[in-house]
Amino acid sequence: MIDSKVLERHGLKPDEYERIVAFMGREPNLTELGIFSVMWSEHCSYKSSRVHLRTLPTDGPQVLQGPGENAGAIDIGDGLAAVFKIESHNHPSFIEPYQGAATGVGGIIRDIFTMGARPIALMNSLRFGALDAPATPRLLEGVVAGIAGYGNSIGIPTVGGEIVFEPSYAGNPLVNVFCLGIARQADIVKGVASGAGNAVYYVGAKTGRDGIHGATMASAEFDDRSAEKRPAVQVGDPFMEKLLLEACLEVMRTDALIGIQDMGAAGLTCSTTEMGSRGGAGVEIDVSLVPQREAGMTPYEIMLSESQERMLLVAKRGREAEIERIFEKWDLHAVRIGEVTADGLLRVKDRGSVVAEIPNRALTDEAPVYRRPMSPPDYLADAQKLDLDAPSVARRLRLSDQNEVLLALLGSPTIGSKRWVYRQYDHMVRTNTVNVPGLGAGVVRIKGTDRALAMSVDGNGRYCHLDPYRGAMLAVAEASRNVACSGARPLAATNCLNFGNPERPAIMWQFAKAVEGIGAACRALDVPITGGNVSLYNETDGRAIYPTPVIGIVGLLEHADRVVTRRFQGAGDVVVLFGEGRGELGGSEFLKVAYDLVRGVPPSLDLDAERALQRLIVALAEARLIRSANDCSDGGLAVALAECCFDTNGVGAEASIAGIEVASDPRVNLAAALFGESASRIIASATTDVLADVLERAEAAGVPARVIGQTGGNRLNIAVGGATAIDVAVDDAERTWVSAVSRFFKKHAA
Amino acid sequence: MKFAIIVFPGSNCDHDAHHAAQDVLGQQAECIWHKDTSLNGADVVILPGGFAHGDYLRTGAMARFSPIMSAVREFAGRGGPVVGICNGFQVLLEAGLLPGAMLRNVSLKYQCEFVHVRVDQVDTPFTCGATAGQVLRIPIGHGEGNYFAPPDLLRSIEANRQVVLRYADAAGRVSDDSNPNGSVNGIAAVCNEQRNVVGMMPHPERACESILGGGTDGLVILQSVVKWVTAGAHPAEKLALHAS
Repeated sequence: MIDSKVLERHGLKPDEYERIVAFMGREPNLTELGIFSVMWSEHCSYKSSRVHLRTLPTDGPQVLQGPGENAGAIDIGDGLAAVFKIESHNHPSFIEPYQGAATGVGGIIRDIFTMGARPIALMNSLRFGALDAPATPRLLEGVVAGIAGYGNSIGIPTVGGEIVFEPSYAGNPLVNVFCLGIARQADIVKGVASGAGNAVYYVGAKTGRDGIHGATMASAEFDDRSAEKRPAVQVGDPFMEKLLLEACLEVMRTDALIGIQDMGAAGLTCSTTEMGSRGGAGVEIDVSLVPQREAGMTPYEIMLSESQERMLLVAKRGREAEIERIFEKWDLHAVRIGEVTADGLLRVKDRGSVVAEIPNRALTDEAPVYRRPMSPPDYLADAQKLDLDAPSVARRLRLSDQNEVLLALLGSPTIGSKRWVYRQYDHMVRTNTVNVPGLGAGVVRIKGTDRALAMSVDGNGRYCHLDPYRGAMLAVAEASRNVACSGARPLAATNCLNFGNPERPAIMWQFAKAVEGIGAACRALDVPITGGNVSLYNETDGRAIYPTPVIGIVGLLEHADRVVTRRFQGAGDVVVLFGEGRGELGGSEFLKVAYDLVRGVPPSLDLDAERALQRLIVALAEARLIRSANDCSDGGLAVALAECCFDTNGVGAEASIAGIEVASDPRVNLAAALFGESASRIIASATTDVLADVLERAEAAGVPARVIGQTGGNRLNIAVGGATAIDVAVDDAERTWVSAVSRFFKKHAA
Repeated sequence: MKFAIIVFPGSNCDHDAHHAAQDVLGQQAECIWHKDTSLNGADVVILPGGFAHGDYLRTGAMARFSPIMSAVREFAGRGGPVVGICNGFQVLLEAGLLPGAMLRNVSLKYQCEFVHVRVDQVDTPFTCGATAGQVLRIPIGHGEGNYFAPPDLLRSIEANRQVVLRYADAAGRVSDDSNPNGSVNGIAAVCNEQRNVVGMMPHPERACESILGGGTDGLVILQSVVKWVTAGAHPAEKLALHAS
């Protein structure tokens, strides 16, 4: 019955099947095979990534819960915990953008409230093909509508994120969603099943045939038949999730609960197995008791369904009625489908007779772990070469006119304003949002305290394509720097690792190098990884995406009212540049926009200097010595300065910076000074009376700091080496920036 | 005085309204479950924003069947001040407590942003603290806030001065440019003929604290009702007072 075709359909390799047979001591039946196939899929087992992920720093005094639970948790004072995680929903979003993105949001929210935390903020990190490619606007519109449709309904604000447009993602967009919640530390709940005889409850939406083999789908490459996989994408119901959220939080306030877990990837299979495994127990359920949406579902289908908005929970004996009553209040019906056992087995029955019986250990601890072969990709050596004087370079812009280059960068959809997007997200519900999207890190105050949490998600596939180790370090540094620029001390991280097919040595090498880079940066910046997600097989027709680790960083502001944004606060302030520009153009947005080139090596990064810079900026904000702060990243110093002028009612600035020599062409040298993307730089503004204090503190911290100009007027004027290189009206520049994304969409009457 | 905030299963601005009433205004506030039948002696009722019953049918369409709505109806009939904010406005329309209907935004998209509204009527419990023509900066957050009334109805609610707030620019000028969602006559809030029930799409509870960065114009709305209730007279008498 189980032949090579069946195995292939289940994404299992022949040697993996042999392993299953050896462990079981017999041939598995089809239901059991299905269960193995999802639990041993890359998505659930991390079989290719695990050996590398083990090297990441996950500890620290601030960490309350590291990787391995539904989400990570950190100490934010006052007996409170911030619970957060980032997750991918790339494959489903490509197949069905609205539902794929919506259910991604639903899944990450469940991970957070499952821990006993009330979700209070969402962010997302999205990557698409070029926005002028025909398919992109539709995909972007669908994904954004899906995120909005779910997050807005359930009432959790989307407070930030990033969107990148790059041809590499045309056939495989990335949809990474982040959620953060707050819990009392004492109330954190875990996904455990223990105590033989305790009842196992199912609550939430009915089980249907949707999403069967979603986890397996997420572990395979795309080809032109991917559209046929649509039935494997689930459909979201935010209202059901809202009921579950409120009811579960209410149940958790009693102490009648042993453990709870959401049914995400691999549905009932994964939740029963993982809960049993964590609690050192077994779980026995009868699938005939599971509420079903369609008639005639087989045990195989019920166990593998990925229908959304379902939870599994274990009640304390004698407290069942209490739990049932709370769910009834919310018009949800908790159904007892089985119980905890002492035998460590996952036992599935159908109307009393056993249809599957597998040791939990075989599905979790004994899942295969691969140390896959690795070698640097063939393209790398050539791609890292960058000769800025090479005549073959096809120039799109008049490089002699730096104003034109600046406007082209500000109008590039990757750099330009994302207002068209975040206006569709409710970013104010819960009345905590201190910094709305578009100002830097998202910041939410913590009601009942003076504090606030800042969060940022960042990645840079282009850098990682050119050097995955350094690129990943830069992603951690940038996310952390963004948090620091709001005045918050970065505390911990979560990561979403988006890569191609790990069975190819070049991809595995990229993955390993990126994880090394993340580890190095997280250690240096003291932001341990508390959880995350790995998404492999991001390929279409054999072409992989750029390796794209996305990092989410969470930080704490002791005083919410000392928050800082990128915006200049008025005329007459001094503009200070912290850090040093070295004119690094490798992998820059400038090279992309002006030359259509993705080449060179990404900017260098000195982690000690980065740490000193971030600590300094947080201290300056805490001491109320700076009035604005903006990180220099995509588009370099000139773009960062322009951003400081936007959303200020037209506050301009005059600045003067030193020249740099990186090529023989003086125009390229000008561009390097203006648009080079050297890391570890922040532009801040301060009143003149505190300037001496600011510079003194910078010197004491060993951070290079220089006054480069002052705010005022309604133009942005930047001189390089004493001569004006840029002189634009802030209004004109802002108009270009504001319409960078919206111009691709039909304008409506409103 | 005491605020009652009605909690439908899909309400999601209930905590925000409660926070504004209790922690910002310093008043008593109680969240009341939609299956309850009593307002527990409240002086003001807020129907908060959200998606009352998922709103897969029409926004607010099912909420009028919730048990608590009989109590709300009765309270409103006695002249008690009731405000529906966003989804709460939609619920009041569906319940027949306010005239008109909601269509999808002209953009066909959800929109979350600050807008300006001009106070056109100050003789309602929720605007009595404002001056006529005052411009408030308050956020909206909705996909279905395009207020519509057929011509006859529109004429009558305009003639009865039932349009309480209109979308405007910062100077108070009403035009298509200042209209975020296509609402007829730029209508952002209406009241019933008795003037004690008000529905508004903008969220005053989101603009009550300076820490949130958008100003505190929402307080004008919420403090109005505090003033209205604590002035002491019976609501019906106050209405008569204002009408004279």
